Amino acid sequence: MYEQIAANKRKTIFLLFVSFVLLAAVGYAIGLIYGTGWVGLGIAVAVALLLQIGAYFSGDKLVLRSARARAVTSEDEPRLHNIVEGLAIAAGVPKPAVYVVPEQAPNAFATGRDPEHSSVAVTQGLLDSMDRVELEGVLGHEMAHVLDRDILYGTIVATVIGAIVLISEFFLRSWWWGGFGGRRSDRGRGNGGGAELIVFAIGFALLILAPIFGQLIRLAVSRNREYLADAQGAMLTRYPPGLISALKKIAGAPHAMRSANNATAHLWFDQPSRIQGSRTGRMERLFSTHPPIEQRIRRLEEM
Amino acid sequence: MVIWIVVGVVVVLLLWAVLTYNRLVALRNRVENGWSQIDVQLRRRYDLIPNLIETVKGYAAHEREVFETITQARTQAMGATGVQDQAHAENEITAGLGRLIAVAERYPDLKANQNFLALQEELIGTESKIAYSRQFYNDQVARLNTLIQKFPANVLARLGHFEPKAFFDIDEPVRGPVQVDL
Repeated sequence: MYEQIAANKRKTIFLLFVSFVLLAAVGYAIGLIYGTGWVGLGIAVAVALLLQIGAYFSGDKLVLRSARARAVTSEDEPRLHNIVEGLAIAAGVPKPAVYVVPEQAPNAFATGRDPEHSSVAVTQGLLDSMDRVELEGVLGHEMAHVLDRDILYGTIVATVIGAIVLISEFFLRSWWWGGFGGRRSDRGRGNGGGAELIVFAIGFALLILAPIFGQLIRLAVSRNREYLADAQGAMLTRYPPGLISALKKIAGAPHAMRSANNATAHLWFDQPSRIQGSRTGRMERLFSTHPPIEQRIRRLEEM
Repeated sequence: MVIWIVVGVVVVLLLWAVLTYNRLVALRNRVENGWSQIDVQLRRRYDLIPNLIETVKGYAAHEREVFETITQARTQAMGATGVQDQAHAENEITAGLGRLIAVAERYPDLKANQNFLALQEELIGTESKIAYSRQFYNDQVARLNTLIQKFPANVLARLGHFEPKAFFDIDEPVRGPVQVDL
């Protein structure tokens, strides 16, 4: 477990470094395209620094808000609070803040930067469909993510990568449709030179590569982590059948979630889907952040 | 040359002693912290018992025997000293509460009572927290006892008067969905 904490810290620092370079490159590319030169880079560096500091200290709030999670008191949800408190006692860490997400698909996630600053959120659908031991199984899995600092890495991935993808998509679209930066077309027509074209090509390539890069880093949120959290969670509750039964229920339940998006998919207990009705879309399987649920059940049953 | 080797060995030994001693202290504190967690949850259960009995009494006043055994076990547990004694008294309470809930199952009006349902959730929650805090405490005790008994840390443990702690062995409340007879 201590190696995993250390590994997560290393990964987080590496991610912050890579995303910084990536953002600087994107800023430079935008500068090239709009012909503003080094200004783009300067702004990008400033944005990157602000973004990273923000991601570290309040990424959890951002993630919770994007899921439209609301804090619940122990009077609202006594069962949920009792279970979270019990698991925190078993793990010997402070009790995380407790949130509920207004979604019908049964799911859950944990966020924060360390066990002292952590939150767990469950969907209304999870509360409605699971009995006590199943809920305990799911929350044990989330508590394992808290203990291993998976939440730190996951939250920073969600916020930083989310922002990079957002920024580059924004500029890519505006450039594609010629929404702004009229100067570009004027000058392009004027010289028709090869140098201009190369600059465009580089800028364009960087803009396209950035989100793909982002995806790849996110996939590094290894699916193995989910197996590990399953096992560790079951060790915490000392009752694997609870988690197995919860996974079986989730496998048969609808997955569509309104608040599902690519930036936070990896944080959830099970991969949320944006497609109504079906299990998971084909693209989503290709870029899947979670191992198949059947596989997770099998591994738990072998324990 | 020889002097430096001696100095080196002494420094390494001192470093080891400091690190090991600190680990022993940290573990002992965790054990104590674990015990106080158990204590908090046990107390919460003592507080719940009178309320629970009052609520059940309103529907099943004649089940006096069950009420009396629980009240007696509670008094005994609250006065218990030492881990073994405590564990024994707590087992009596757990058994008594199990019977009380079984009695409640026979009264449909009681089972629909909002107050009773809230108390039952509190009871289940508290009992699972007792189990979890016991789990944490016993894990820490096992680690402390192992360290105290293993060579060479045992030398240091004896010098620092570190004693092995007793495990807290109580019966687990039954896990899983409750069986309901139809």
